[in-house]
Amino acid sequence: MTAITLNSINKRFGPVHVLKDISLQFDKGEFVVLVGPSGCGKSTLLRMIAGLEPVSSGDMIFGDTRVNDLEPRERDIAMVFQSYALYPHMNVERNLGFSLELRKRAAAEKKDRTSHAAGILGLDKLLDRFPKALSGGQRQRVAMGRAIVRDPQIFLFDEPLSNLDAALRIEMRIEIAKLHQRLGTTMVYVTHDQVEAMTLADRIVVMNAGQVEQVGTPLDLYSNPANLFVAGFLGSPKMNFVAHDDAALNLPSSLTNPSAQTYGIRPEHIKVTAPDDTAHLVGTIDVVERLGSDTIFYINHGATKPFVVRVPGIDRTAIGEKIGCQFQPEDLHLFDQNGQAISEHKNG
Amino acid sequence: MQKTAFPIGAVLRYFAIALYVLFALFPIYWLVKIAVTPDRLIYTEGTQIWPSNFTLDNFVSVLFLTDFLVYFKNSMIVSLGTAFFTTLVATAAGYAFSRFHFRGKTIIIALMLITQMFPLLMIIAPIYKIMAGLRLLDSLTGLIIVYTAFNVPFATFLMQGFFDGIPKDLEEAAMIDGCTRFEALRKVIFPLTLPGLAATLGFIFTAAWSELLFALMLINSDAKMTFPVGLKTFVSKFAVDWGQMMAAGTLALIPSCLFFILIQRFLVKGLTAGAVKG
Amino acid sequence: MTMALPTSPGNGRGRPLKRFQWLVEPYLYLSPAIILIALVILVPLVVGVSYAFQAIDLLNPFETGWVGFANFEKLWADRLFWKALTNTFWWTLGSLFFQFFLGLGLALLLNKPFAGRGLVQGLVFLPWAVPAFLSGLNWAWLFNPIIGPIPHWLAALGIMEKPQNILANPELALWGPIVANVWFGIPFFAITLLAALQSIPRDLYEAAAIDGASVWQSFIKITVPFLAPTIAITVMLRTIWIANFADLIYIMTGGGPANSTNIISSYIFTTAFRRLDFAYASTLAIALLVLLLAYAMLILQMRKHLVKGI
Ligand SMILES: Nc1ncnc2c1ncn2[C@@H]1O[C@H](COP(=O)(O)OP(=O)(O)OP(=O)(O)O)[C@@H](O)[C@H]1O
Ligand SMILES: [Mg+2]
Repeated sequence: MTAITLNSINKRFGPVHVLKDISLQFDKGEFVVLVGPSGCGKSTLLRMIAGLEPVSSGDMIFGDTRVNDLEPRERDIAMVFQSYALYPHMNVERNLGFSLELRKRAAAEKKDRTSHAAGILGLDKLLDRFPKALSGGQRQRVAMGRAIVRDPQIFLFDEPLSNLDAALRIEMRIEIAKLHQRLGTTMVYVTHDQVEAMTLADRIVVMNAGQVEQVGTPLDLYSNPANLFVAGFLGSPKMNFVAHDDAALNLPSSLTNPSAQTYGIRPEHIKVTAPDDTAHLVGTIDVVERLGSDTIFYINHGATKPFVVRVPGIDRTAIGEKIGCQFQPEDLHLFDQNGQAISEHKNG
Repeated sequence: MQKTAFPIGAVLRYFAIALYVLFALFPIYWLVKIAVTPDRLIYTEGTQIWPSNFTLDNFVSVLFLTDFLVYFKNSMIVSLGTAFFTTLVATAAGYAFSRFHFRGKTIIIALMLITQMFPLLMIIAPIYKIMAGLRLLDSLTGLIIVYTAFNVPFATFLMQGFFDGIPKDLEEAAMIDGCTRFEALRKVIFPLTLPGLAATLGFIFTAAWSELLFALMLINSDAKMTFPVGLKTFVSKFAVDWGQMMAAGTLALIPSCLFFILIQRFLVKGLTAGAVKG
Repeated sequence: MTMALPTSPGNGRGRPLKRFQWLVEPYLYLSPAIILIALVILVPLVVGVSYAFQAIDLLNPFETGWVGFANFEKLWADRLFWKALTNTFWWTLGSLFFQFFLGLGLALLLNKPFAGRGLVQGLVFLPWAVPAFLSGLNWAWLFNPIIGPIPHWLAALGIMEKPQNILANPELALWGPIVANVWFGIPFFAITLLAALQSIPRDLYEAAAIDGASVWQSFIKITVPFLAPTIAITVMLRTIWIANFADLIYIMTGGGPANSTNIISSYIFTTAFRRLDFAYASTLAIALLVLLLAYAMLILQMRKHLVKGI
């Protein structure tokens, strides 16, 4: 069953056309992550789902109810803001229970649900504190708790973890995943962080300049990016792109395609070999990063951008050495002159 | 890393601070001093820092032999009324400026700026006519209306600043939590602007308490005079009775000074951007 | 993909209503202010402006009527107007200069914590609460050699030969109201600048200190650029306000002696309420308004550059 349907949604701020003809469907219970470069309209889209921004044209449908004209409070949603937006003049307990207070729920029920949410997030000891006296991670938990208490139809998150340090971010990421498992509520989550997107999402929506580039499961997007943008956006280090006429490129004709303008290969899909005729690409090592678990080579093959290779473990090959690279046919991505992926090669 | 200042620097700082305090307080001190100097000493000891004798006679006669208390009461009504209504109207307007983008916003802001730009004298005659038409001449209500109108633009900008300091996320969160926009304003934003509100109230109260021009033009009966007008009649009536005038002046200072001392902290705090964050 | 549009539930909320609400809501909050300002200020302002193009003589009601730009021609030839304009310039510049720098100094002093800061702050801001007419009277008394100490001090310091009232001396009289105005206006600058100072993030100074900036350098490189937009807007508002502010002059000198302290606003006052020539008073006011508008545009333009620069 669909929880949210976006039907040709457009958004204009005065003359600026920020979202262009977005059509999407999110299933009930699905965890959807919106990713895309800064300014592409993720927050705007989320805020339109929340009812905080009016829709310029198109239909916003929850279940089978058109909600374009409903106020945020009538949509039965909860939202976690990047800034947390905790009410500074209320203590944690009141912050958590504020939505119930507004709905004039009985004190007992309020107490019940607040302490339940506080229990889930480990906030029991902080109920009397004011937001001022909380650490960043604790504030983040309160913001999440406020959403949990609501028990809404839909959870919305706008970069909820971006103000936390790396360790806390991982911890909270796991909490959110657990939360989704436990509650099974539809969640829409905006992030910059690829790892968050890959680990949390049932489906990822990649946006660029106000348009949807591709929608799919994390692995689907990773293995079958629909175009250059998605291919370059997901994955770290980024996918290497080599022009079809690059002199350093030496592909057997079985791997090439006459309409391919650009070949893409992910750094982790490259085998390092001797720089001889069997190599698909040859270059010299410019920079080496040894991370322990992996070694990353930045290879100069005559183009402006280095060719990046990631091999597992510690590799002792030194800077300045000439090496060859080999790819498996199924790991090679081909893109035509419009930047769209050419998929037939894979089947054939 | 806290650098300890040279003692000489600290001494200079305190010296400068003392100079400021002295400069601020001396004229007020002088006012009070002449008010408590007995009449017979005013000329002989007029320029001494410290009179050889004190008296409260001037205060007694001002309070009980003149209309001072009537003026005082009128001024209180007008200033409190103005402060209240101005703050109410300006809060709503400041909120709209801070939180909405809408057609005509620039024009309205420009108009409000223009109201701050021309000599009020220019419009006293037309206002007089309008107030006469509304039968609001010589009435405290009329004065409150005019004062409110004149103070709204500045108070609006002030309030807008306070609202701008409150993150928009907060009321959006409240609206998602179940508030209407107005409820969000009342339950979440309003409590956070209290310092700003106090500051605006105080600012406007002080301004209304001081206003002379309109009070002079729009009020003519003794029973409706506000304090500045009353004091001005003092000046013309008792041109030589320095002691009484200064006593009256001292008494008139009390409410606005009290009010101001109470609110000046909020004023600085409220004007500080982002004071309520976090 | 196309799909049948579910109709909205039957609660009667249509899209037009919603649109209407987004459009109208800000005006709902603004309407009391707009109505009040329009009725009490803007309408009278238009009427007031129209006076400038008429002949209005309350004593001679039959000689009224439209006269085109006659009043402005009269203005151009009016020596008193030019004199008042010069005085307005010096009055505004003098008051503003001292108010600003003394206010800035006070704000910097108050920005650092010290014992008794709260009390000091309350005391030094006090002049702002003193009604203008009262400060005018008070300073007039202070300058009066009979009951005021200032002339005696000046004489004792040798600045003056014998205790005299500077308000009676055409050469010096303008300084009297300026001093009163400075006294009255320092707190305004101090309050706004102090608030601006306190909103500068502390870590900027810490970063600068670590980078090896001296106190003076961090003042010039951090404090000043951060304050600049506030300064521009405050100075603009204050200039306009001071140029229009006749109370002190009216009370302390009445524009005298020999018009030496007559600024345009006090000239307007006497024109309107002594000579009852409302038409010419309006003409004067329009001249001042135009000058101030031009000035405000200039400052706002400068401020744009400043804000960009940060
Ligand atoms: N109120 C507004 N008025 C005009 N333009 C706006 C407004 N809000 C957002 N925009 C513009 O809309 C575009 C999308 O903004 P949005 O905040 O949705 O981006 P985002 O994808 O969330 O970016 P980020 O990852 O940096 O948060 C941006 O170009 C932004 O400048
Ligand atoms: Mg965003």
